[in-house]
Amino acid sequence: MHFNVPTILKTGLIASALFLFQVLHAQQDTTDLLSLLGEDEPTRDFTIATFKSTRVINMQSIEGVAAGHLDFRISHRFGTINSGAGDLWGLDQAYMRLGLEYGVNDRLMVGIGRSNVNKEIDSFIKYKIIRQSSGLKNVPVSISWFSSMVVRTTPFANPDRSNYFSSRLYYCHQLLIARKMDEALSIQVAPTLVHRNLVADSTQQNDIYAIGIGGRYKITKRSSFNAEWVAVPGSQLDPTYKNSLSIGFDIETGGHVFQLHFTNSKPMNEKGFITETTGDWKEGDIQFGFNISRIFSVVKPKVKPQE
Amino acid sequence: MGALVASTLNIQAQKFFTKDGTIRFFSNAKLEKIEATNNKASIVYDPASGAIEIASVIKGFVFENAFMGEHFNETYMESTKFPKANFKGKLENPSAVNVTKAGTYKAKVVGELTMHGVTKPVSTDATFVVGGGKIDTDAKFNIKASDYGVNIPGDKSENISNVIEISCKSSLTELKK
Repeated sequence: MHFNVPTILKTGLIASALFLFQVLHAQQDTTDLLSLLGEDEPTRDFTIATFKSTRVINMQSIEGVAAGHLDFRISHRFGTINSGAGDLWGLDQAYMRLGLEYGVNDRLMVGIGRSNVNKEIDSFIKYKIIRQSSGLKNVPVSISWFSSMVVRTTPFANPDRSNYFSSRLYYCHQLLIARKMDEALSIQVAPTLVHRNLVADSTQQNDIYAIGIGGRYKITKRSSFNAEWVAVPGSQLDPTYKNSLSIGFDIETGGHVFQLHFTNSKPMNEKGFITETTGDWKEGDIQFGFNISRIFSVVKPKVKPQE
Repeated sequence: MGALVASTLNIQAQKFFTKDGTIRFFSNAKLEKIEATNNKASIVYDPASGAIEIASVIKGFVFENAFMGEHFNETYMESTKFPKANFKGKLENPSAVNVTKAGTYKAKVVGELTMHGVTKPVSTDATFVVGGGKIDTDAKFNIKASDYGVNIPGDKSENISNVIEISCKSSLTELKK
């Protein structure tokens, strides 16, 4: 090979120009290497923790138990506060529901519970139809479907006539619609239908329509103020029955959520507090209560580690 | 000669990357061991300058118990407010790793970690295994949650350690533009 001087010079010049360019280029790159990977692919960002628990207070929330997790729930209501000092303002009495509730997958949960109020066993399913999200897909609300069946196991009121097992059954169906407005505030409305196979007399309807309204406001990172009201419009129910109204707090500690509240409802299953609430807030006919929820992980999620 | 210049340039400008690096953290408290893994970390490494950048989405950490993940995002990391954690740093000695020659290299990486809205310096010894057209990296370091404004309440101190071990493993391949 043969070079003449100008060619070498020229090559040298180009080489140094390239080198200089490369140095400058490299320096520029170090300022933001990750931008070389391009924009992040947009992902659908699901809203989490609209409520801390699967219940607002008594009412179901849109939340389900996470897939493969089991929620052991103890719901407890004391006696009414206006029962006076002799009953230690209601603390002498206890109404409870024990529940086992399981997350089948990210959308479906199933549960079973037993209440000592009227010795009732309830079973239910709850399915997340729509999940609030932002990012790739903007969905403003979460919508869950809830259906339950309750079996009352106390002896029939009128044992002399022919009684059928179906007369022990009650149903409740709810569409739960909720939106997490911001980090602190979440609200929910729930159009509801309760069906009772057997009612006390012919003046009572079998189908009861109701609307639940509830919400929570976070006070600290680990606690929130909750309120809910389940209204049964018109004169569908006998005047002895009141609308269920509850206020309380959620306190979260590790694997537990404690819900402490005041409510005028003794029953803790849906058809119960919606159609059989007898307490009157104006008379102090309310009770203190709490729900304790302990979550166990049954099926461990698979995380594929990089070898 | 021109070809030589071009090929040197090519090596020099070469970057390595992954979009599925693994970041794992581990809290070893008295009562409870908590571990979470994120398999979707983005990493870019520029051998010429020794620069390394890592980004991971906080919501991408998977826990054994979904409840822990919810607490992690809601209570501790506030991932809606601070969706990502970033590391921006470089090899203290960029020539400590020769990406053109297969082998195992050790190098000190220094830089800044930003998470939960707080940026702090971190440094660690990392291993780079060059070979087969890729670079496998492995690094481990400890941080204090409290340094990043993540406060573990007193009643949780036996369940969650303030000292969190972070490990980062990845397999980088050449970034083709």
